[in-house]
Amino acid sequence: MAENLTLNVDGKPHTITIDDPKMPLLYALRDELGFHNPRFGCGLGQCGACTVHIDGQAVRSCVTPVSAVAKRKITTLAGLGTQEKPHKLQTAWIEEQVNQCAYCINGWIMTGAELLARNPHPTDAEIREAFADLICRCGTHNAAVKAVKRAAGMA
Amino acid sequence: MLKANTLDRRTFLSATGALVVAIATRAEFAKAASVGGTNGLAKRPPVTPGTLSSYISIEPDGMVVAYYGKVDGGQGLESAIAQLVAEEINVPWERVRIVMGDSALTVNMGGATAGNAIRQAGPIMRQTAAEARRLLIEMASKVLNVPTSDLVATDGVVHSLADPSKRITYAQLIGGRHFDAAVPFTGKAQSLAVKVQAPLKQPSEFKVIGKPMPRRDMPGKVFGTLQQVSDFRLPNMLHARTIRPTTAGAVPVTVDESSIADIPGAKVVRIKDFLAVVAEKEWNAVKAAKALKVTWSPSKPNFPTHEKLYDHMRKATPLARSPERGGGGGEEAAGGHATGSLEEGFKQAARIMQAEYQYPMQSHASMGPACGVADVRDGGATVWTSTQKPYDCAAGIADLLELPPEKVRAVWMFGTGSYARNDQGDAVADAALLSEHLGRPVRVQYMRHEGLAWDPKGPAIITLSRAGLDASGKIIAYEHVSKGFSNNDCSTREARASDTLAGMLTGAPINSQSALGIPGNNYIFDNMNVRWEVVAPLMDRASPLRTTHLRDPFGVPHLFGMESFLDEIAVATQSDPIELRMRYLKSEREHDVIRAAAKQFGWDTRSSPRNTQGSANIVMGRGFAYRQMHDTFVATIAEVKVHRDTGMIEIERMVCAHDCGQIVNPETIKHVIDRQMVWQTGRTLFEEVRFDENMVTSVDWLTYPVIKMPSVPKVIDIVLLDRPGIAFSGAAEHACGPIPAAIGNAVFDATGVRLRRVPFTPERVKAALSKA
Repeated sequence: MAENLTLNVDGKPHTITIDDPKMPLLYALRDELGFHNPRFGCGLGQCGACTVHIDGQAVRSCVTPVSAVAKRKITTLAGLGTQEKPHKLQTAWIEEQVNQCAYCINGWIMTGAELLARNPHPTDAEIREAFADLICRCGTHNAAVKAVKRAAGMA
Repeated sequence: MLKANTLDRRTFLSATGALVVAIATRAEFAKAASVGGTNGLAKRPPVTPGTLSSYISIEPDGMVVAYYGKVDGGQGLESAIAQLVAEEINVPWERVRIVMGDSALTVNMGGATAGNAIRQAGPIMRQTAAEARRLLIEMASKVLNVPTSDLVATDGVVHSLADPSKRITYAQLIGGRHFDAAVPFTGKAQSLAVKVQAPLKQPSEFKVIGKPMPRRDMPGKVFGTLQQVSDFRLPNMLHARTIRPTTAGAVPVTVDESSIADIPGAKVVRIKDFLAVVAEKEWNAVKAAKALKVTWSPSKPNFPTHEKLYDHMRKATPLARSPERGGGGGEEAAGGHATGSLEEGFKQAARIMQAEYQYPMQSHASMGPACGVADVRDGGATVWTSTQKPYDCAAGIADLLELPPEKVRAVWMFGTGSYARNDQGDAVADAALLSEHLGRPVRVQYMRHEGLAWDPKGPAIITLSRAGLDASGKIIAYEHVSKGFSNNDCSTREARASDTLAGMLTGAPINSQSALGIPGNNYIFDNMNVRWEVVAPLMDRASPLRTTHLRDPFGVPHLFGMESFLDEIAVATQSDPIELRMRYLKSEREHDVIRAAAKQFGWDTRSSPRNTQGSANIVMGRGFAYRQMHDTFVATIAEVKVHRDTGMIEIERMVCAHDCGQIVNPETIKHVIDRQMVWQTGRTLFEEVRFDENMVTSVDWLTYPVIKMPSVPKVIDIVLLDRPGIAFSGAAEHACGPIPAAIGNAVFDATGVRLRRVPFTPERVKAALSKA
């Protein structure tokens, strides 16, 4: 049965009508709300392309039921920072020119931003550990590590 | 909407001979850029290779718009193309905008293929920009009444050298209208070339070419605002998912529509053997695809399984062989190459060596499963796709829907990284078939299992190498045969209905071509014969094991064998593997690039194996491999750490020296090479499409593992050799080729054990070590 659900995404409330509480959050963000950034990579929680923050934690939205996050604070890559007010990792990402296709980018930046929030000066090993379960098909892994280090060095 | 005052103004600049037709380029561009433009083209002169307006225009505010008939697969080409245009037309780089790969807006330059984005199309973009500048100066000469010899163009302004007050901007001369000059051209698509009157700048004059420039797509990607094809939506659009059989070759017999009756809006579409579900909401289409009950026809594909694939291939009678051809290499060849007499060479040999190497089927495994959107209506179609070949895609959809080719427009958009003929062409053809059937716009996105199990595959190839050495160890006979599945079983350009799954499932004729190709490495041996053989595809229609190009198709699988075998010869003759190669390579550029790699690495001259590590569990080794393709030269050294107990290979360091002629953008080239080193390391260590008798069993990232953080090369050193004045060659895939052999040779150096089969998984390495 259709029901209304209010999601708090990037600081704004959005009310959507859903007919399946088990629908993954990813489909609500993309299909109902028209977000461009969290992407469908596998639908299995294996790659990270759909990652968003839920109350500050990097979570794979393709395996997160939408009904479970109604009262939580959801942040997407577009809400992490903007061209005018970038997150320091986004600034570093551009300076390092990390990406090729960037289909995977939500996983890497949102995971990296979560790492920096709990550990502002991570070691090389800690960064690699945080990124260990993400896929980037283009091979930007080392560049992503550099970007986190660059961001960590920023005031 | 186009504004009335820009619609019908016609200006003749008879003095220059250039007819300039008024048109609102800005409005047209804005429309094209927003929705790919559905119908903003009425007033633009027809896009043909023979007119300058097809390549370049100047907006009323002086912005230069260059139309580029290729696309970006993730490598950041836009910046480099803007550099070429800015350099020749003399405007700042920021004042050049690039429109890419729209079959209605840009001349067909073949789309993305063979790393020729700059090699083929760079000269076209430079020449047309230079010609535009020449014409602008001629126009200015008439308007200012100053001879052209006294005029120069700087930053979009033509001014007199003698009297700087005499000046006029490009925008004043032609802004918002079109260049109507003719452009002499030859060839078409990927062989298109132009020849204009204007001379090109010399490298000593370059101000923009050769400078490191940032990627223009990066901010939009980093801030989550750039729209990729999977983000594209149309009003009234339906979401679709395709339904594929669990046994290859099976077709639907009965479909139980009641099995999805409780899913809101879900509907089955069956067109001959093509089966899909659609729904208003994407999640409902996903659910319906999972829930739909189908009975399939019996099918017994009898695939040989991936474990026994090489036995099958060895026994298979070739369907086709490379044509006999002389010559000593060079370009990657449709035919093989041969010199001297193999028979004579082997007769004189004091020692004969031979080895077989095996390279598996691999998936494009795009990060995003393919996605396409189609709107078929009023006897025409517009499709949005990130295929590398939008022009062929348009032709293929016209063929599929039996529409006149000029009524189909393919609009390329950014999408998931593309490494040759992946599944994008299939998804957009599915969308077109569904849109025609339903009379509404349709978006298809594949699920993960389709992206791995049903994409066209890089062919499995066995290489057989044989060499005859004289008493001094000189190679006097060299024979190489690559025997594998075709590179064109599934066409690399989806220009016909038969080239996509949608076509094959709706009765299009089979269009499998048998061809492989071979690398063009320039080693000169006295008697040599290098050739290929193609074995029959494992299934002829709608096969999950269709084979086609996968990044560096003429390099990777072949060079694994060739460059490993040369290492074996170096070992057998106790030679340094670099010195051995230098003996058979004749050109200075080749020697330079190899020396540059050796110097960067700190290579000490010696033979393999290293032999100083006793019985240590963790052993180090280094390996070299080389390749040449289209006048791009790549020398690669891998340094590895092998764990004998687990079979794990760690890549400590990789050095790549790279010469691709004149460098346009060192920033993006360095990155594209760096990312290739990681990508091809992954293909070498992990990737193999698994399949049983019935179907591909690699269906997710667990059953088709790709490289992850812990396995990437820890240090990647890239040395770029810039060659001002030498034609740009290519860099998009060329660094992949040497990597499997470089890693395998390094493992041999570390352990004394030769790896002859990719991927080098820990289990396989461990097994090889325990046999030794």
